[in-house]
Amino acid sequence: MTDSPSADARATFTSTIRLKLRQPARLRNLELLLVIFAIAIVLGAVALVQLGATGAIDASVLALVAGLGVLILGMHVTMRIVAPDADPLILPIITVLNGLGIAMIYRIDLADGASGWEAGGIRQIVWTAIAIVIAIGVLIVVRNHRVLQKYRFIAMFSGILLLLLPMLPLIGTEKNGARLWIEIGPFSFQPGELGKVALAIFFAGYLVTARDSLSMVGRKFLGMQLPRARDLGPILVVFAASMLVLVVQRDLGTALLYFGLFLVMLYVATGRSSWIILGLALFGTGAFVASRVLSYVGGRVDAWLDPFNPDNYEAIGGSYQLVQGLFGLANGGLIGTGLGRGRPDITPLAESDYIISALGEELGLVGLFAILGLYLLFVARGFRIGFAGQDDFGRLLGVGLAFVIALQVFVVIGGVTRVIPLTGLTTPFLAAGGSSLVANWIIAALLLRLSDSVRTQPLLVIESDGEPARLVVGQQ
Amino acid sequence: MNKELKRISIVVLAMFVALFVSTTLIQVITADSLRADGRNSRTLYASYSAERGPILVDGQPIAVSVPTDDEYKFQRTYPNALLYAPVTGYFTLNQGNTGIEGALNDYLSGTSNSQFLDTINAILTGQNPKGASVELTIDPVVQQAAWDAMGDLQGAVIAINPKTGEILAMVSKPTFDPNTLAVHDTDAVIAQYEALLDDPAGPLFNRTLAGALNPPGSTFKLVVASAALESGQFQPASEFPNPAQLTLPQSDNVITNSGGDVCGGTATVSIATALSLSCNIPFAELGQALGPQVIREQATKFGFNESIDVPLESTASVYPRALDEPQTMLSAFGQSSVRASPLQMAMVSMAIANGGSLMKPNLVENIMTSDLRVLQQFEAEQFSQAISAETAAAISQMMVQSVANGAASNARIDGVDVAGKTGTAENGEGDPYTLWFTGFAPANDPQVAVAVVIENGGGQGQSGSGNEIAAPIAKRVLEAVLFG
Repeated sequence: MTDSPSADARATFTSTIRLKLRQPARLRNLELLLVIFAIAIVLGAVALVQLGATGAIDASVLALVAGLGVLILGMHVTMRIVAPDADPLILPIITVLNGLGIAMIYRIDLADGASGWEAGGIRQIVWTAIAIVIAIGVLIVVRNHRVLQKYRFIAMFSGILLLLLPMLPLIGTEKNGARLWIEIGPFSFQPGELGKVALAIFFAGYLVTARDSLSMVGRKFLGMQLPRARDLGPILVVFAASMLVLVVQRDLGTALLYFGLFLVMLYVATGRSSWIILGLALFGTGAFVASRVLSYVGGRVDAWLDPFNPDNYEAIGGSYQLVQGLFGLANGGLIGTGLGRGRPDITPLAESDYIISALGEELGLVGLFAILGLYLLFVARGFRIGFAGQDDFGRLLGVGLAFVIALQVFVVIGGVTRVIPLTGLTTPFLAAGGSSLVANWIIAALLLRLSDSVRTQPLLVIESDGEPARLVVGQQ
Repeated sequence: MNKELKRISIVVLAMFVALFVSTTLIQVITADSLRADGRNSRTLYASYSAERGPILVDGQPIAVSVPTDDEYKFQRTYPNALLYAPVTGYFTLNQGNTGIEGALNDYLSGTSNSQFLDTINAILTGQNPKGASVELTIDPVVQQAAWDAMGDLQGAVIAINPKTGEILAMVSKPTFDPNTLAVHDTDAVIAQYEALLDDPAGPLFNRTLAGALNPPGSTFKLVVASAALESGQFQPASEFPNPAQLTLPQSDNVITNSGGDVCGGTATVSIATALSLSCNIPFAELGQALGPQVIREQATKFGFNESIDVPLESTASVYPRALDEPQTMLSAFGQSSVRASPLQMAMVSMAIANGGSLMKPNLVENIMTSDLRVLQQFEAEQFSQAISAETAAAISQMMVQSVANGAASNARIDGVDVAGKTGTAENGEGDPYTLWFTGFAPANDPQVAVAVVIENGGGQGQSGSGNEIAAPIAKRVLEAVLFG
């Protein structure tokens, strides 16, 4: 693609003028190299799981995972065509994370003796394939991210709708005490996962247009600039929705995620720390009241503060799972038991909420540091869009999407490792769950799209006798 | 916008730092205490998945792990289960471990500190880590002889080399089959375990050193006689009044000798004669003269009032504090609240046999890694200098007399001087007696000290005696050591 205009252009200039076309292909080549490396890591992990747990290689599962590798390469090729300047690190990072997740879920299947569609690992492979295809679709359809700004209110309504969908009778279902799923026929889906993408788009669009009135107008109170009531409206709506999620859907984590996302985007957009203080106060009060009024929230707090207390350990919904997760992590120690060699299946929900303790058990602290490092790098690539992007909507959206991942990682892993009380969120890319995978791959696709528009260099430089006569083509 | 972004970046970085710290705390800093938590089934699974080392007697396994196809990878089996159950103990999925399986679990499972490098080495070289093997001091011939001699009686036999402390035989009856507790079906294990717990005969107790201890009866006279000679106030020939009955001071309780007559038929009797004929009244008078403090100090030197790990944890034998005068007199012939294990009474004989030097009893010959590196080698160790060599010689002489001409006649072995002391302890009004024998042989060059306890009157209620039931068992154990 990039070579043909070069050949055409060269013919139209004299020999004294050299034309240098910037070569985004270098970014893609780097990405290709890293993606191949990532796929190799994932195939190696799956093979090690098989060797460690069963002592033999099962080629059929390896072939399925290799099929995902082909899809990843397909996404890479798509980006060469539709997003040649996109960030080269994001795809390799999520390939490794998603692949390690598959390896670990498959490992738990082996321990539980699950196979076929009953096996979480097979389902996860299928969902990953679907997620990659959707991500490729997003890259192809959304050629210019600013289109999304136009649809901000559609995004808001669909976001809130998705958020509240599980509360509907008939299709809404409750699992493990949280009402986060909808079930239609044999399919179950967690609409809130997609809701976070929609809300991030809405927040970015809304805040870019409303931030002047939010940051300039208002009264001073106790040294803080307080916003006007009508500007406060959407914030209160989001707060109410979060609290509704907390109370009705029994999910502190999701509520924290939405609210945290909104606060951070609000702060970045307006620069008013009063928003953060106000928001945290609101959420803190809500959470405190919830911990007193709602027994399941209070139980989580007790389990967090004193998990080894036999009362909490033996209580229904108590700290049993948390403690088993801690035992798993301790069992892994510094270097881990090795893939397939630990006992992660002892911990309930080791394939979803507690996948990080399963990975920590078999890969050790070293492996967890690598995983956390990958997340940190992913978030940093998103924030880079915020720092270097050309348009405020794109910057805000990039920061918001990256922060969603960061906050989710913190809430889940922090919950498992006792930094904060445990809440029900999925570990991005790692944990079993189709909706979460689809949503996170969409986030990745949007970040790739946004990063494609971040130009650090002009597209085309024409040098005349070494003197740069800067003709810039294609600058956005 | 960039200023805010920087601040948020710092917040995100702080969140990740918190996660780096929390994972480090869990996986490295506090990992050991988490692994040691009793609710951590992973530690248990790990101890199963590594090939647990065998427990050996004379090179032959009495507990060994064999590969299985299930998730625990190995099944613990006990080839001679009943004979060695009190020694090996059991190794269960969820009911803990006892015996050597429990006491040396770290070594057997390969998790002891001294095996840490071996484990790392095994991981790096791709081998499965293996636990260490434990070789015991038990002599299978003596063990079998003790088992056979006891028949179906309830009680225990322990035989120890008095010069080194090596335990040669450790038999306790009734016993159990540890194979039934080693199965990998949790429900079956719990059912079996509860059935064993509920059994009134207490088959899970190792009666040689634990369980409900018995009053030592007349065997305790060895301790009192030792205290008397050590005090310097008395000699073997010291005479005491010898009535047929004695009313204890401050009470109406009357004590008698065994048989109810005047012991030996003389008006006074020496300590030496009282011991060999096992007279109660002279010893009550001796105990009164010595006082409880002196007796207690001597008992403590023999090992009373202390739990000894051989390395099986033993229940401390008891000579209580603060006995009043009648209690002291009763305690002088091993009644009142005095309690002793066969291990303890064997230790009394060991000290007397070894010139007063009491060696620490030990069951473990060596502990060796799977590549035959010795982690621990048994070394004889003195427990205490319980009595002087002179006292030991004098008491030894009295014990030889007791077997040759006195109350312990059933322990006689042709051509060998056997030193011994019987005991027939009362447990309460109408309850069956506890029957004892302790001693050693040959008296001039002791190779083995033995203690036998038979509970529940040996099935004869209050009509059996130590000499009648316990002494013949001891005799067969002594013969097994001396003649093979």
